[in-house]
Parts: sequence; C-alpha cells; structure tokens
Amino acid sequence: MTDLTSMTIAEAKAGLANKSFTSLELTDAHLAAIEAARSLNAFILETPDQARAMARAIDAKIIKGEGGPLAGIPLGIKDLFATKDVRTTACSKILGNFVPPYESTVTSQLWRDGAVMLGKLNNDEFAMGSSNETSCFGPVVNPWRREGSNTTLVPGGSSGGSASAVAALLCMGATATDTGGSIRQPAAFTATVGVKPTYGRCSRWGIVAFASSLDQAGPIARTVRDSAILMRSMAGHDPKDTTSVDRTVPDYEAAIGKSVKGMKIGIPKEYRLDGMPAEIEKLWTEGAAWLKAAGAELVEVSLPHTKYALPAYYIVAPAEASSNLARYDGVRYGLRVPGRSIGELYQNTRAEGFGDEVRRRVMIGTYVLSAGYYDAYYLRAQKVRTLIKKDFEDCFAKGVSAILTPATPSAAFGVGEKGGADPVEMYLNDIFTVTVNMAGLPGIAVPAGKDAQGLPLGLQLIGRPFDEETLFSLGEVVEQAAGRFTPQRWW
Amino acid sequence: MSVDAATVRRIAQLARIAVTEAEVPHLQGELNAMLAFVEQLSEVNVDGVEPMTSVTPMEMKKRADLVNDGEIPDDIVRNAPETQNHFFLVPKVVE
Repeated sequence: MTDLTSMTIAEAKAGLANKSFTSLELTDAHLAAIEAARSLNAFILETPDQARAMARAIDAKIIKGEGGPLAGIPLGIKDLFATKDVRTTACSKILGNFVPPYESTVTSQLWRDGAVMLGKLNNDEFAMGSSNETSCFGPVVNPWRREGSNTTLVPGGSSGGSASAVAALLCMGATATDTGGSIRQPAAFTATVGVKPTYGRCSRWGIVAFASSLDQAGPIARTVRDSAILMRSMAGHDPKDTTSVDRTVPDYEAAIGKSVKGMKIGIPKEYRLDGMPAEIEKLWTEGAAWLKAAGAELVEVSLPHTKYALPAYYIVAPAEASSNLARYDGVRYGLRVPGRSIGELYQNTRAEGFGDEVRRRVMIGTYVLSAGYYDAYYLRAQKVRTLIKKDFEDCFAKGVSAILTPATPSAAFGVGEKGGADPVEMYLNDIFTVTVNMAGLPGIAVPAGKDAQGLPLGLQLIGRPFDEETLFSLGEVVEQAAGRFTPQRWW
Repeated sequence: MSVDAATVRRIAQLARIAVTEAEVPHLQGELNAMLAFVEQLSEVNVDGVEPMTSVTPMEMKKRADLVNDGEIPDDIVRNAPETQNHFFLVPKVVE
C-alpha cells in the first residue's frame, strides 16, 4: 500500500501502462490512506463507491489501450468544483446540501482523460482565507509539524485540503483554485508544487465564483512534472466561459528538462521586505544560485507598485465577491432561514449561512461599490491594478523570461495563531502571490528547503502570460537542486 | 475614511445580511481595520491611468443568439428549499 501511494503520477502512469498494478488497486490504496488520515480533515466527502466504479471502468479501457493521459490516476477535487451528483458546498453552510446536476469543465476534462475521483477536499469558505480555518467543516491539519513538537499547524489556504491531501499521500494530485495565492501558499506550506495558470487558461465554468477577474483553477501535485501532466488536462478553451482563451494547450510535460541556459531571471527588489525572516532571504539567494548554475542570467528588476497590490486586492476581490455571492438568497438552492417577508428571508438566510470572514468581505465589497464610494475605492483600485500589470509588462519587455520570489513570508503557522484580532494579519500571507493574480500572470510554487524548525518553504516563479512552459522548465531546475520533501507520518 | 455604527447597519442592509446590535461594534472595528489597510492606495498617482477592465487583452466573445439549453426544470429546481410545480416558493411579495 505504501508503495502505491508514494509514487508520482508519472511513475503510476508507467506502472498502469505496463500492468504492474490496476487502477482499482491504486484507488483502493488511496481510499485506505484517506480513511487512516481522517484526523487531517482534508477530505470532507469521500466517494469510495464512485472511485471504485471509475477505476474499474478505466481498467477495462487500459486493457484495450484506450486509457487517456490520466488513465487510472486517483485525484482529489477541491469542493469549489461542481461535481455532478456529488455534494458541492464551497465549504459554506449556505450551500448546505447542494448537489449539482452538472460537472465543472475542468473536472470533466480530468474524467475525459481517465482520472478517478476519490472525493471532495476541504477549503476556506468560498476560498476566502489563507489557513483553511474559515471552512464550515473546520480547519485542515498540515501533515507537517515543527521538529520535536506536536502543535497543529495550518496547511495554508484556501486550497488547504488539496495541499494537505497531496502532501500526506492521500491522492496523487488535486485540483485547486487561486484568487490571491490559494494554490501557491498552501503548496509552499506543505512542500507540494502548486501552479496558478494565466488568467483564461483554465475554464472557470462550474467553479463556485469568488472574484471572477482573479479566480483561476490549477493543480497541486508532488512534483513539477506531475503538475505539468495535470495542467495539460485541466487547461483548454471552453465556450461556456467567455474569459476562457482559445489557444492550443501545449504538452507542458515536454518543457520539463528543457535547458534554461541564457534565460534572464528577474529578482524584484521590492520583494525584499523589512523584517523578512533570514531563512526566507537565504532560500531566495539559494534558488537564484541554482538557476544561475543551470545557465540562467540573474538580473535585478523593479516592480514599483508591489506594495499596493494587496490593498488593491482587498478592494477588488471583496467587491467582486459581494456581487457573486448575491446569488445566495435562500430561494433557488442551499440554506433557507424563514422570515416574515422575502427581505427578511434573504437577511436571515445570509446571516446564518455565511461565516465571519465571508460576511466581512461581502460587507466591505458592498461598501466600496456603494454610491459615493465607488470612485474613491473601486475605481482607484482598478487603476492601481493597471499600474501593477504595467510593472510586469515593463519587466518582460526588457527580455526577462520569469521572476523569482519567495512564495510566502513565513512557514506554516499554528491553528488559531493569526488574524484573531485583526483580519489584515492573515491577509499579509499573500503578499508575494497576490500581484500575480492582479496582473493575470502564471505562477508556480516549488518546494525549495526547510526552516530551522524543519518546516517546508517554497519559492515562486512568475511567468509571462501563457508561458507556463518556462515555469515548468525553471521549476524543474529548482526541484532537482532542492530535492523533494515528505512529511514524517504521525497521523 | 472610516465607518460609524450607522454606516455598518446601512452596509448590512445593502448586503442583505441580518446583523444584531451586539455585533455592530465588532464589525465596525473589522471593517475599519480593512479600510485603514487600503488607505495607502490614496498615495498612488493614478492621473491619466485607465482602470483595468480585462486582465487578459481579448475581444468580447459573442455566441449565436440561439436557444442552446433548457427543458430541464427538474434539474433547475432540484436543489431549491421550497418548490411547487417547478416554481420556486417565496413569502408573499404582493398584497
């Protein structure tokens, strides 16, 4: 069992192809691992019957040589993705027992390519959070612990269930979504690889909407190669999402191992924060040295509006969220709390159904869009967003292929440690990742080392629009130099 | 800028979220912490800058003006808390 769950997707594909094991065996091994790891709270819905049925069906196809690029690979699905006839809640009480009669485009493409669904993964409510503590199903536990300590740490968020499950060998890969860092930050906290694709690369259709101009789906996996394999199936044009881009999906795996010689890698000076832990600084320098040793050229670059990305995000994202979440009214689906009038029904339902963080963001979003404040807040933030994007465009125009930064300002922290008194303390987690969403660019987080307490740390690479391939090539260099990191099993 | 208690109640009303009197001071503190954080945007010179409307330059896609979906009322009302004959039920809105 241990061998079957600790393989990479690339290894499992080879094993399935040469009939060393079946998808059903692989699936059963993962279902057993999930059952033994319930204390992590990564899966909020296990779908063993469906998983076995999918595995049997794909085994029959593999025998006939009709498998598909992900034939027989068991995956976990973030609960933000609508899955046909399988409860989908975005980890909010307001969706209650919502059972979609349709399938999200991204997951339908995974099943088209032969993947097997193990179940639904925990996340921050409506993907609003950086620690997976806002989920109505309770926090996810990080399989990593500080050396010599049994303090419960968060896996990051919002894709905390995805990151925790992949790191703990409960699934071979997982879907995730990233609005301000929700793929890359949890990947960094769990020593997994997380890819946030260019805006428009993956269809948003059937994914519960948070902030539509920022949301992108992407994979979390254990190696750069595995994340490239998953990306190929997840990406692609979808007429049902008007922001989905009609471009050929490249064979991302082919970018793995490509030379990075002569590539210009930008090191943005604005990412060097006051009070940044020395370990992060050291990791960043090390990462730059690895890329240099592989033949890349390092150049200092300037992204002058970096510090304004997070405040601008906390206007744009809540504004879009307040609009998107207006649909939860207790009438068409989900929770309903009665009231004497329809107005009271709405108000009671939304008060009862939304958690604290979601309520806060809907309210701030409502405020910044309200008459008299729209220009001062929302319009100004959208202008700042233009400037943030221009910073990157100027940098790429000088021949820079990608930008190297730390993924997070710290390693994983304890449950309940942050954001209790001031929500902004939690928001600062996304300081290195949020610029990428504001500019619509692709980014990858790759495990790169550990801190003094033995916790994983990650580096982030930011690419040109639709140049995920360069990120996979560079990410592979980092992974080869840093090695891979697996948590000690204690659960 | 900061919000007072009356504004908090007004925002809650606009957002259609019931807020009890006891929750107002706490929410006011949180919203003001967020507003204080975003305040730094006022120091950015945005003269002549176009607000972003689309992060990826693309032409607005239009589909043919045809009915291409439908006839699935069972699916549409399947998750509704209260329905009758494929209609959503709500409290009386017209006297």
